[in-house]
Amino acid sequence: MIESVRISLIVATALVGLFFTFVSAVGVVRLPDVFSRSHTASQADTLGAGFALSAVALTLGWDAATIEAVLLLVFIFVTNPTAAHAIARAAYEEGIEPWTTGEERR
Amino acid sequence: MSVVDATLAAGVTVGDFLLVVAALFVSLAVLMLYRGIVGPTNQDRVLAVNVMGTNTVVILALLGAALSEPWFLDIALVYALLNFLMSVAISKFTVERGGVI
Repeated sequence: MIESVRISLIVATALVGLFFTFVSAVGVVRLPDVFSRSHTASQADTLGAGFALSAVALTLGWDAATIEAVLLLVFIFVTNPTAAHAIARAAYEEGIEPWTTGEERR
Repeated sequence: MSVVDATLAAGVTVGDFLLVVAALFVSLAVLMLYRGIVGPTNQDRVLAVNVMGTNTVVILALLGAALSEPWFLDIALVYALLNFLMSVAISKFTVERGGVI
C-alpha cells in the first residue's frame, strides 16, 4: 500500500518536473529579449529541477544519498535565481534596452 | 528489493521510467544549443549555458537514482557549484568595472 503511494508520487513529481522544464525550454527559445528569457530561466527551470530532484529523493528512500539530493535541491533553489539575476543585471549595465510591445523580436 | 526494481506497468520498472525521463531532459538541454548559438548578445549565451548546466545536474541525479549508483550525486553537487560560479564570474567580469553583486 505505502509502496504503491510512493511509486505514484515518484511518477507524478518526475512528470511535473519534466513539464516545467519543457515550459522553460520553450520560453528560452521563443521569448523576445534577454530579460524575458532570464525571467523564464530563473522561475520555470528552478521549479522543474526541484520537482525532478524530489522524485530522485523519493526513489532513493532512507539513505545517506537522500541527504545529498535534498542538499542539491536547496542549493539549486538558492543559486539558480541568483545566477539569472546576475546575468540580467550584466545585460542591463552593458546598455541593452528592454523589448517593448511592437518592436521586432531579438 | 528496492523501489527501482518495482514494476510500474507491463514489464516497465521505475528505473526504466526514470531513464526515459532523463533522456527527455537530454533532448530539452540540446534544445538550448539553439539559443547558445543564435543568441544576439553574450548574456543570452551565458543564460543558455546556465540552463543547460541545471539540466545536466538533474540528468546526473536521475541517472544516479535509476542505475542505483548514489555517487553520481556527488558529481551533480560539484557540477551545480561550478555552474553557479561560471555564470556569476562571467556576468561580473564582462561588465566595465565589475558592478554586478
